[in-house]
Parts: sequence; C-alpha cells; structure tokens
Amino acid sequence: MAETIGKILFVLLVVMGAFLPMITWVERKQSAVMQDRIGANRANIAGITVLGVLHPLADVLKLFGKEDFVPAGANRVMHLLAPVIALVPAIITLAVVPFAGVYDFGGENPFSFVIADVDWGLLYVFAVGSIAAYGTIIAGWASNNNWALLGTVRASAQMISYEVTMGLSVVGVFMCFQTLSLQEMSLAQDSSFRLLGFLEHFGLFETLPGWLAWIQVPTWGIFLQPMGFVMFLTCIMAENKRPPFDLPEAESELIAGYHLEYSGMRWGLFYTAEFLEVPVIGCIVTALFLGGWSIPFLDTQTLIGGIGSFFGEGFATGVVLVLHVHAFLAKVVIMIWLQMLIRWSLPRFRYDQVMDLCWKIMLPLSLVNIFVTAVVLLWFQEVVG
Amino acid sequence: MSAELSLFYFFAALAVGSALSMVLNLRNTVASAMSLVITMVSLAAVYVLMEAHLVAVLQIMVYGGAIVVLFVFVVMLLNLRQDDFPPGRQRGAKALGVVLVVFAVIKLLALLPAALPDTVAALPEGFGGYRDVGTALFTRFILPFEATSLLLLSALVGAVVLAKRRLD
Amino acid sequence: MEIPIELVVSLSAILFGIGVVGALVRRNIIVILMSIELMLNAVNLAFVAFARMHGTNDGHVFVLIVITVAAAEVAVGLGIVISLFRNRDTTNVDDVSLLKW
Repeated sequence: MAETIGKILFVLLVVMGAFLPMITWVERKQSAVMQDRIGANRANIAGITVLGVLHPLADVLKLFGKEDFVPAGANRVMHLLAPVIALVPAIITLAVVPFAGVYDFGGENPFSFVIADVDWGLLYVFAVGSIAAYGTIIAGWASNNNWALLGTVRASAQMISYEVTMGLSVVGVFMCFQTLSLQEMSLAQDSSFRLLGFLEHFGLFETLPGWLAWIQVPTWGIFLQPMGFVMFLTCIMAENKRPPFDLPEAESELIAGYHLEYSGMRWGLFYTAEFLEVPVIGCIVTALFLGGWSIPFLDTQTLIGGIGSFFGEGFATGVVLVLHVHAFLAKVVIMIWLQMLIRWSLPRFRYDQVMDLCWKIMLPLSLVNIFVTAVVLLWFQEVVG
Repeated sequence: MSAELSLFYFFAALAVGSALSMVLNLRNTVASAMSLVITMVSLAAVYVLMEAHLVAVLQIMVYGGAIVVLFVFVVMLLNLRQDDFPPGRQRGAKALGVVLVVFAVIKLLALLPAALPDTVAALPEGFGGYRDVGTALFTRFILPFEATSLLLLSALVGAVVLAKRRLD
Repeated sequence: MEIPIELVVSLSAILFGIGVVGALVRRNIIVILMSIELMLNAVNLAFVAFARMHGTNDGHVFVLIVITVAAAEVAVGLGIVISLFRNRDTTNVDDVSLLKW
C-alpha cells in the first residue's frame, strides 16, 4: 500500500509537477527558435526572468483570475463537467506506464516500478483513450454554439477513426513481444540481437564482412516494427488534436472549436489536458517502441553484475533502478522534443486529407504490417525454432 | 458485507439508475447517451468483479469509445436540439406492454434464487484473460468468429450505402 | 466466491426489462436503438455471470461476438436513421408509417 502511494506520488510529481509546467515554456521557446525569435522572456519577479521559465506561473495566475463564464443557452452541468472529463483520462493513463524495471531487493515480491502492473496494460491505455473523446464531445455540445458543435463533430469523427488505426498499428508489437503488459514489453526489450543474424539460416552469414556481421541493435519495438512506430506516433498525435491535426479547434476556421465558450481555468483545464498528453504519449511510445527504461546494449543483469562486483548486490540494484528511471525520462524528453518539432514544422491538414490519411493510407498499411509480421514470425517459429 | 459485494451493489445501482435516466429523459438525446455511457462503464466494473477482465476492457473500448460516440455523433450531425414529440399512438397497447414487462421481470426475480445452484466452479488459471479467451476464440469458436467477420463486412457496406447521399 | 450469481443475473434481468420498456415507450428512434444496446448489454452480463458460475471462458467468447454484432447493428441502424432524417426530416418512429395504413 505504502509502496503504491509512493509510486503514485513519484509519477504525479515528475509528470504533473515537472513536465507539465515546463512543456508550456518549452513550446514557446521551441516556436521561438524555429521562427527565429527570442520568445518568452517577459514574465519576471523583481526583474529576474530566468529565461522565461516564470511564464507558466504567470499563465496560471492569469487564468485563475478570469471570470468563469457559462453561456446563457448552455447546459450548465455538462458545461462545467466537460473540462474535468477531458483531463482525467490523460492522468490515469500513467497508471500502467513502467518507469523502471523489476528489481529484487530481497523482499517478499520483486519491486516493479509500475503503479498497476496489470496483464492487459495496453488494452487499458486504449480503453482510457477512448473515454477521452467524451470531454471534447460534451464540451462542444453543452456550449450551444455552432462553431463549438462543428469542432466537436470533427473531433469525434477524427478520434474514432484514428483509434481504429492506432489499435491495428500496434498489433505487430503484440505479436513480437507476445504480451499486452507494458512492463513485460519493456523487459523483453532489455536485450539486443545481431541485425543480420537471420542470414545464418540461408547460409549467407559467413559471406558477410566481419563488421557487418557484428552489428547489433537493441530488440526495441522501433527496430522490430519501424512501420508500426511511424503509424502509431501519427495516430496518437492525431488523437491528441494538436497541430498538424488540430482540425477540431482550427482557430482560423472554427475560431477555437469545442472550447470556444470556455474561459478562465476551465479553458485552462482543456489546455492542461492537451499539454499533459504530450508527456503521456512520450511515455507510451517509449514503453512500446523505444525500449522503455532499458539502456541499450547494457541489460539489467550485466549492469547489476558489473556494479555489484564493486559495491555489493543491493546497492547495485538501487543504482540500476535510478539509472533506468533516468533512461526512461531521457527517452520521454526526446519524444516530447520530436512532437514539438512536428507541431511547429507542419501546417494544418485539410479535413478530408486527415480522413483520407487514416482510412485510405494508414488502415491498409497497418493491415499489411500485421500480415507481414505474422508471416515473418511464423517463418521464425517454423524454421529457426 | 464484503468489499466486493458492496462494490457490486454500488455499480449495480449506478447501472440501473443511469439506465432508467436514459429511458426517462424525454428532452435531451445527448443526455440519454451520456447515461448510457455510465451504464456501460458500471457494467464494465461488474465484469471486473466477475473476473472477466478482457470483456470489461473491450466493453469500455467498444461500447464506451465507439458505439455511444457514434450515437452522439449522429445526434450532433442531425442537430437534434430537443426531442419533444406530439403524443404517440397506441398508448393503451404500450401501457399494457410495460405492465407485462414489469410483471415478467418481477416473476423472474422471484424464481431466480431457486433456479441457480449455490456453488460456483473454481476459477481455472488465467480465467477471463486475453490469452485464454483468445485461444478459445481462435480454436473452438473459429466458425462463429469467421461468420462475425462476414457480418461486419456486410454491415460496413450497408452503412456506407445507406449514409451516402447518392450513389454514382 | 463473494458475489452470489443470482444477484448478477437479477441485475441483468432488470436492465433487460428497462431496455424493453425503453424500446416500447420511447418514440425517438435513436433512443430506441440505445435501448436495444442496453438489452444486448444485459444479455452480455448474464453470459459473464454464467461463465463465472461454470468457470469456463465460453461465455466470454459469446460476449465478444455479441459486442461485434452490436457494433454492426449500430452502424447500419444509424445509417438508416441518417437517411430517414434526410428523406422525412424526423426521428419520430410514429411518423415513419408509409407502409402502414
């Protein structure tokens, strides 16, 4: 019990307390860098600006000071409830994310750094993600505003469509790792293999030059399922409704879409949800495709053995735990940076282009990906054994 | 009362209450749909209490995430703001139907405790998990599974044909 | 075993009854479709309860198939609703009586 509460506090502290405020700042600075500006640097306390890091604080203070306005024709209860429904799924998704591996400290059970180490973790992510659509839907409907309604119609169609493709694009990963638990997936990614090792079965391996035969890559999802990675990242970014997929809130055509009639901190909650989903997406993509907490080419046993030979087993396990948490967070930061880069590089799609991309390009591609993966895996099982 | 039983009573009450509010809410179709979501989610919780984990997750994913969103999507697409219809026809027959349904349910509830055995079978390892259910689905139930895929295909074609404005 | 099976089956029966009443009484075709979904859910609940009672997974497989059928039914049903609304500008089932005298 105490262990679980500790994990929850850690996750909330890291993601809500550190990542979330920083992301609003990072977003501003990233856009400034890419548009050749200086960027956020005005908010200050007694003249100290600290590179503009104080801007999130100023934002929150401003939002809390604003009037909380409910339009006259709105459905009051639903209007007030919608931002909360939008925010909650983003937070509870973190319950199944493994921030570090499984460690034996000699206690009753090995220590596993997941809040809820359930067998069906990835299904949980999808279930929670599908609930997230309701925040948008209720917001647009309850506002009683045609722009908001248009935004909501767009949002619900976009989210349902991309959910289908998102589910299909990770089936290849299930097949490779034979599990749906994110922790077990991370454990399976904690090793490496020879990139061209399969040529042994054709008798071609000996003909390769030595350095080519020696090349090793980690067994990460991104190397086993490169197409799955690209498609999953696209779909999950479309679910998040940030540019270039921000059709539901396209400010130039729909003013602001579904959160048009919101003000003050309730509007802030929608933005919090959107910003919070950025690190959450980073966490899920990292756990699925980037090896989770694993450090490339140094699996847990080697690390514990190596450090343990100098300082003892228990101390080494603790050090490795800390190292793994840092490896995970570093990968999450890389994924956040990648999302920021995409967000500020690409212009907004047209709506029919978004739908065509989903149904006419990604859906067939993901089915092809499943088929090819199945054939290759069957070949490995039959021939390689 | 054990924790599981009180959880069951809580979610059962939630399911029945929101189902009633879905049927009795005469003004707002979207509110009916939201009540239906609450019913679905509380039923998923009951499934978890019955150790049916895969079914519970799929219940939320398919019913909560797709089907009800589709309902709401259609309501918004047609922009049905309020739902006040003139008095319907055949009210006597409908009232009789409701009375019969209520009577049948009460009779069923009275008969149920005697009809069901008191003991339940022991849970096998992996009961309700995706491995076991999936294995059953793809071995013993492969024919219904394939038949369902055919049904889905025909529904897909049918929905496109129905919703398309005109076929050219 | 903590939860008696008859309680779960009773819940299923009550929900099914509510679904039938909804399909009978309501005249908004969308709510009628929702009531049908509710009935299917009640059946699913009974399947899950009996699967728990017998300790086999067969009931869960049936539930998966029922969920699929429900999804297909909603897709076609809502397609019909949309084309009905386009042609007759109503979602009231009492107004859709062209084939009835």
